[in-house]
Amino acid sequence: MPRAARKAFLLLALALLWEAYARWLANPLLLPTFSATVRALIAGVASGELPRATLYTVRLLLKGYVAGLVLAALLTAFASATRVGADLLEMLTSMFNPLPSIALLPLALIWFGLGEGSVIFVLIHAVLWAVALNTFAGFRAVSPTLRMVGQNYGLSKTGYITRILIPAAFPSILTGLKVGWAFAWRTLIAAELVFGVSSGSGGLGWYIFEHKNQLLVPDVFAGLLTIILFGLAVENLVFATVEKRTVRRWGMQV
Amino acid sequence: MSESPVLTVEGVTLQYRSREQLVTAVSRVSFTVERSDRFVILGPSGCGKSTLLKSIGGFVRPAEGQVLLEGAKIERPGPDRVFVFQEFDQLLPWKTVTENIVFALTASRKLDRPRAEERARQFIAKVNLTKFAGSYPHTLSGGMKQRVAIARALAMEPRILLMDEPFAALDSMTRARMQEELLQLWEDSKSTILFVTHSIPEAIRVGNRILLLSAHPGRVRAEIASSGSDHDGALAAQVEGMLADA
Repeated sequence: MPRAARKAFLLLALALLWEAYARWLANPLLLPTFSATVRALIAGVASGELPRATLYTVRLLLKGYVAGLVLAALLTAFASATRVGADLLEMLTSMFNPLPSIALLPLALIWFGLGEGSVIFVLIHAVLWAVALNTFAGFRAVSPTLRMVGQNYGLSKTGYITRILIPAAFPSILTGLKVGWAFAWRTLIAAELVFGVSSGSGGLGWYIFEHKNQLLVPDVFAGLLTIILFGLAVENLVFATVEKRTVRRWGMQV
Repeated sequence: MSESPVLTVEGVTLQYRSREQLVTAVSRVSFTVERSDRFVILGPSGCGKSTLLKSIGGFVRPAEGQVLLEGAKIERPGPDRVFVFQEFDQLLPWKTVTENIVFALTASRKLDRPRAEERARQFIAKVNLTKFAGSYPHTLSGGMKQRVAIARALAMEPRILLMDEPFAALDSMTRARMQEELLQLWEDSKSTILFVTHSIPEAIRVGNRILLLSAHPGRVRAEIASSGSDHDGALAAQVEGMLADA
């Protein structure tokens, strides 16, 4: 049996198990059946509420992700240009990397109030260190030979960075982007659970929280399923495609 | 022939700082390379021959003396002196064989893209890799990678080709074939080549002139002419003797 078929079979088995156990338990408040969850998911999509919540979450995520990337680029550039910058990057990442972004949320609320600003702040924290650290490590690991080749052909400073350093460090950069994305996604859902109320139209975290308050447990499960599906889609479609077209084609995967 | 030499190395001393002390890699080395020479620098490891090549490449500044390319002092790396390194990763892994050569020609602003592609095709044909023009380096064997690196360097038509033990990481059969191919390519182009090696047979096969360096620090022992063939091994024995005296 091919791998895809094996996996499909496993998924089906799990769904059946879930359905059977939920029916046996017969307590939809604790555990709705798989079919009820799917129905809630379809209803949520049909009413437009679930797509709206997803879109809201994704838009916020992209804002924070891009802001984090820009700051990571600046920090990495500074670290690559000067020794003080390198020390600073090393110190900041070792300090802030172990700090879960969500722990900064109360502080962010004081600084930026209830709203997008606070969420973007914690998202930046989630993205920045992982990306900066991996990119910088990638730059440092570029082989002396490749560096000399770049200089040998008379590349300008910018040409050297864009045509040698960045592609040569791309496997590490991609790792940073993936880790940053995963951190940001988890952080955002958690932040929304805490205060999705802020800006009126909440995201997926808020969707879950709100339906839990109304004891609409199948919708809670539908929200969770959406988070899983979206996360899988980005990791397996977007990043996997980028990986296949770049580092794997080049034989450079780490 | 009153032509000025392609390369003049005048009393060059090269030093680098290790953790405790200043190490002299090469001490007061002088030689000249004429047009179409296949000039070999031969010496044991630790004689500073690679460092010497890097200073000609413009990567290392001499502590003493100077290096002149056609009479002009070398200050920095540049595409008029193209390297072929020993390491296979000198090819950009994210570019195909063709793109690697096009990259060299366009990055150095030697040719525009269409003409660079045309020249890349020519030189890939010269090293018999036409079938692999669209392949990425990681799919090629070590010998093929070095042929691409040589094609890339020759396509640049540099004043001088700097080869830093380009065949040292190859198995001996591939190595012998590559030496043969290099000589054929040279017959075609009559490029000026500066070739660094620690192998006496390789020096004799590849070079028409051989500079012997002793180690710690590198000093010139002698300069000898090579006929290119050494069937009775007399030349090799002579060279070996000279290096042993050092």
